[in-house]
Amino acid sequence: MKVDIILAGVGGQGILSIASVIGMAAVKKGLYLKQAEVHGMSQRGGDVQSHLRLADYEIASDLIPMGKADLVIAVEPMESLRYMPWLAKDGWIITNDQPFINIPNYPELDALKAEFDKLPHKVVLNADKIAADLGSARSANMVILGAAAPFLKMDYAEIEAAVKAQFERKGEQVVNTNLACLKAGYDVANR
Amino acid sequence: MSKILLLGDEAIAQGALDAGLSGVYAYPGTPSTEITEYIQASKQAKEGHIHSIWCGNEKTAMESAIGMSYAGKRALVCMKHVGLNVAADPFMNASITGAHGGLVVLVADDPSMHSSQDEQDSRCYAKFAMIPAFEPSNQQEAYDLTRYAFDFSEKYHTPVLLRVTTRLAHSRSGVERKEARPQNELSICPNPKQYILLPANARGFYRDLLAKQPHFEEESEKSPFNKYIDGTDKSMGIIATGIAYNYLMENFVGKTCPYPVLKISQYPAPAKLVAKMVDECESVLVAEEGYPVIEDQLRGLLNRTGNIHGRMDGTLPRDGELNPNLLAKSLGMEDTCGAPVPSIVAPRPPALCNGCPHIDTYLAINEAMAEYGPGKVFADIGCYTLGALPPYKAIYTTVDMGASITMAKGAADAGVSPVLAVIGDSTFTHSGMTSLLDAIYENASITVMILDNSTTGMTGGQDSHALGRIGNICKGLGVDEKHIRIITPLKNKHAENVQVIKEELAYQGVSVIVPTRECIQTLSRRMKAQQNKK
Repeated sequence: MKVDIILAGVGGQGILSIASVIGMAAVKKGLYLKQAEVHGMSQRGGDVQSHLRLADYEIASDLIPMGKADLVIAVEPMESLRYMPWLAKDGWIITNDQPFINIPNYPELDALKAEFDKLPHKVVLNADKIAADLGSARSANMVILGAAAPFLKMDYAEIEAAVKAQFERKGEQVVNTNLACLKAGYDVANR
Repeated sequence: MSKILLLGDEAIAQGALDAGLSGVYAYPGTPSTEITEYIQASKQAKEGHIHSIWCGNEKTAMESAIGMSYAGKRALVCMKHVGLNVAADPFMNASITGAHGGLVVLVADDPSMHSSQDEQDSRCYAKFAMIPAFEPSNQQEAYDLTRYAFDFSEKYHTPVLLRVTTRLAHSRSGVERKEARPQNELSICPNPKQYILLPANARGFYRDLLAKQPHFEEESEKSPFNKYIDGTDKSMGIIATGIAYNYLMENFVGKTCPYPVLKISQYPAPAKLVAKMVDECESVLVAEEGYPVIEDQLRGLLNRTGNIHGRMDGTLPRDGELNPNLLAKSLGMEDTCGAPVPSIVAPRPPALCNGCPHIDTYLAINEAMAEYGPGKVFADIGCYTLGALPPYKAIYTTVDMGASITMAKGAADAGVSPVLAVIGDSTFTHSGMTSLLDAIYENASITVMILDNSTTGMTGGQDSHALGRIGNICKGLGVDEKHIRIITPLKNKHAENVQVIKEELAYQGVSVIVPTRECIQTLSRRMKAQQNKK
């Protein structure tokens, strides 16, 4: 068993906390894990990605080979498309549809939508709105994680436990909000 | 013990702590920064009173580490690859003095230049200094090799180089710890001449270093980190160093590699094992993350056999980091690359943060410099290097730490006028102070803007030695107090800031302008922390 995940977004959007939750759940389950992160210059508002690899055997490479990623999980729509060369033929894209526009030549939203329409396996959702409706605009990344949960080859309860552990020290209210966001994303993906 | 998830950098830090470290010395630099930060945050380090405060630059860090080794304790000095250029003088000479307490020089290289201005390979420095080098292939080896490196250093009384590259430094995986051992007792080097590199002494110590070389080679032959894995297909043998070994093996998950493989993680390269491969196999593929160091040695000047393949004959790219797909291609395996990137996807280069003080500084500089034409602003290394990109396009040079001031002076010497140097506060105390002294010594007509955001921003907000000292440093070096101008880079001060820059550009002599406003990242972190306290 293996799950290879490219996490994508813009520096500062919190892809590493998604990685951290999945990583925690994987370690608890006794899986091998490798996670390549981006630190340094590119963090400043540039495109960032993380290669997260889980397997029940020892993993060789820190980088996912192109064409082998089972999932691209993105908190920004254009960024999800940047990693198409990594996505396996039967792989899934799970992405937020809310653009983060900090460049002058950002594509037209219709053109973005047309690209997603071409994809056979995708979950595209407005995570910002779902999170805001649940009272925590900052938790959009947990909505995305919830939408990715059915593809992680782990039980939902295992992901849920990791979210609890991740936010535990911030108090019960923060934990509950994030769990609600997780569930909302999960429900979208299952529909 | 159970496994803990660590970045490659953190594995090195924990490995050093468990090896009985007494001090880490470093200046922040991607991808090495997290090693020192891990030790700074470590309870184990606090309890052991292990030194972990940032140093002014890599040279001061290296010298402090040599001093700690002289006193018999174990020292780790960490830097990014280009930092070793700054520390090259003490580094090279430390190979002559040798080490007393274990001395490990950790250098994190950045192939593909993710956050750097070149992709130099530090293994060349180890060869230059004639000291052993270690190159872990994964996080567990990063942990294990760190202790092994300290042991090696103490066994042969030599500094050693530990080399990682960006991917390993910033990739996380499970690491199993060993039992921690105590620090060394204080013991000053017993030979009173050992660290006096007078020519008469140094000649002898250099011969000692030469005499150690066969031992270093022998150690490499029997190192547990170098291994020869036999294969049935001798049409090709593969030498893979450091992390390149993982990229190779990724192509054989669940299968056996048919070719003999020599994995190398300890240098000098194990010549006998290499000879075995060359003798057994019709051709040899060399995969190295960085320069083709071993490949170059194997080919030699004349490349008479023509059966050594790798970066130098195009089997692998000559530059940039490796990955599993590049290895697959070099082996003639199928390229698994997925669909192309849709054409609508636009590049998203890094940019200055919203609210960054450098934005206001550059807007003021652009207006003040407009009448003088392009090419007259010399900048330096830090977040503010992003001022080279649109919409600012404000700067024309970025070469090395501190070069802004001295390059501006050289251009002024050549007749360029006016000239403006732009340097960050931390970069200024790293390598800009002597540059400024050169300018003052000759009363060169240059204006220096020291962008004071109270931190080392690019690497994530480490304390800066410059904090609260810039004015006094400039005064002490001899800048006329009337021409040290503090400004606040804010939108509503734009007009007066432009005016100040214009006034100082007109001054014939050295003037300093200090735009002062805290980094927006450290500020928001501080505010959040304050809020959490309430």
